[in-house]
Amino acid sequence: MAEPLLEIEGLRVEFDTRDGVATVIDGLDISLYPGEILGIVGESGCGKSMTALSVMRLVPVPPGRIAKGTIRLDGEDLLQVSEKRMRGVRGNEISMIFQEPMTSLNPVFSVGDQIAETILLHEGGGKRAARRRAVEMLDAVGIPAAEIRAGEYPHQMSGGMRQRVMIAMALACKPRVLIADEPTTALDVTVQAQIFDLLKDLQEKTGAVIVLITHDMGAIAEMAQRVVVMYAGRKVEDGPVDEILTNPKHPYTAGLIGCVPHLSSDPAEERLPLTDIPGMVPPLTRLGQGCPFAPRCVKALAKCRLEMPPKSVVSEGHTASCWLIENDGPR
Amino acid sequence: MMSEETLLSVKDLKVHFPLKKRALTGAKSFVYAVDGVNLKVNKGKTFGIVGESGSGKTTTALAVMRLVPITSGAITLGKFRLDQLQGEELRRARRHMQIIFQDPYSSLNPRVRAGAIVREPMDLMNVGEKSERVDRVAELFRQVGLRPEQQALFPHQFSGGQRQRIGVARALASQPDLLVCDEPVSALDVAIQAQIINLLRNLQDELGLTYLFISHDLGVVQYICDDIAVMYLGKVVEQGDRISLFKKPLHPYTWALLSAVPSADPALRGKKDRIRLQGDPPSPIDLPSGCGFASRCPFAKPICTMETPQLRTIDKGHSVACHLVTDEGVSPQQQV
Repeated sequence: MAEPLLEIEGLRVEFDTRDGVATVIDGLDISLYPGEILGIVGESGCGKSMTALSVMRLVPVPPGRIAKGTIRLDGEDLLQVSEKRMRGVRGNEISMIFQEPMTSLNPVFSVGDQIAETILLHEGGGKRAARRRAVEMLDAVGIPAAEIRAGEYPHQMSGGMRQRVMIAMALACKPRVLIADEPTTALDVTVQAQIFDLLKDLQEKTGAVIVLITHDMGAIAEMAQRVVVMYAGRKVEDGPVDEILTNPKHPYTAGLIGCVPHLSSDPAEERLPLTDIPGMVPPLTRLGQGCPFAPRCVKALAKCRLEMPPKSVVSEGHTASCWLIENDGPR
Repeated sequence: MMSEETLLSVKDLKVHFPLKKRALTGAKSFVYAVDGVNLKVNKGKTFGIVGESGSGKTTTALAVMRLVPITSGAITLGKFRLDQLQGEELRRARRHMQIIFQDPYSSLNPRVRAGAIVREPMDLMNVGEKSERVDRVAELFRQVGLRPEQQALFPHQFSGGQRQRIGVARALASQPDLLVCDEPVSALDVAIQAQIINLLRNLQDELGLTYLFISHDLGVVQYICDDIAVMYLGKVVEQGDRISLFKKPLHPYTWALLSAVPSADPALRGKKDRIRLQGDPPSPIDLPSGCGFASRCPFAKPICTMETPQLRTIDKGHSVACHLVTDEGVSPQQQV
């Protein structure tokens, strides 16, 4: 494989809480290769959004802090650079789309102005040129009558349109990495399908690397080539999407896939109970020494509660952290 | 197994909300949230309503619960004509129909203990002997998978999934015949969703409950519902049992909806022929003439924008409102 474009190594993020220090991300390694779509999947509170914020260096300090690790973009450690340099990175080299397009757009400026502002800040040039680029971007993300729409305000648009505006804004300065944090959660399925098609299309055209953060395995299957499964701030498994879906090695991954009723074009008469994952995510302030998933895992061994499992290589590009693989009896 | 006895029947239900703003001509305009819906829900079964936001699925459910004013139509639940009841009569009838809400965070009073929340419907509706209610609350807690000693806790001390269990226990307290579930798992994490879905199915087996299940998640609907109605712009466009509806979707909208769902099954991906709908549903304020879906339908013909298609039965228990579906049940997407 080629050199990674973005490399996260040994990342550890802590938050001070009333109950003590919560380690929201621990020992996280993720590599992003040019030209790919990487999915990050997990339940709420698993640290997937915090990973995105760490890459953008937007973790609120205090109460949070990035305690350890490196995040290298083309060899440059983003955790060491100055705030000024970071402002150049955000939006220009790495940009982000958020979950709720209504709250991430400014209601008192027209969408054209908001996109033009990004272009002006990062690339300079004249106001008029920036405005023209903004209209071009709106057109590129499939907004009809872009010239007129650029003068409209967020409240005049539907949810799908607003998300398109967010994408236009994120891509305005041709970033190399686009982080999409649950970009379609607030949207209807037919609109979600449109946004996914648009993202794939833009990815092919611009070559930007996309990180898709979601809780929906279906979306991952549809969009990504590689997936990272996170649980309680740790990476439990990663590998090619098809392999993970058909041959998950970590019980949590298997649970995530099995607990969702998947739509079938040929439903069976009989409906077996869904495999649920019992219990819930433990509080991050009280994680013990062992595997964080052990209390909910039906296959847990005595060892699982005592010691953190190491990362084992399942096959090329597919790793998982589970003692059951070490003991040669996965699933 | 169970006889096909109709518990809830909805006939030509209309819910139109008047808008404050009048048109330039002075005519009053309306939001046509529900516009002529017919449903029959069999006892002991789960009836699903799916659709995108703004399709009128939640309004239909709220109208059945008499929580929104009904413009016209008839709603019959067992021996009650729900649309005609008023005042105290209506209040008394409410014990036979209960609702589980989408958001377990805002649908529980934060200042009331969990046990009291579950007991309240029994006190209000005078269900069972007073002396037995304490035991009944403990029993309900056990049924929904909570520990009886958790009755003393406040809602904020529970997780999202546990709160939804309290919501289910509260709904069951008055021993209702019909349970309306309005997106009961949408606000929950995927792993917790499975717990609640399994709980709802077990309770149905145990107590013979009837569900009216509202959801936008087609995977969940396919799994839990026996009969399904697909709504678009306040109208039912297709209705059928779970096997035939998903196996052979007739309406182009149903087909588009199904093909928009991302699939986690690698065998299915890429293979399925799919269409992408352009744009968003039109506004329910000024309904287009003819079929509401015509503006987004890739197969639309001139007749579609002129005449409103009526729901007609194609196959046993499978009906569709589309001009282009033939009487033999050949859908426009098959004809291409």
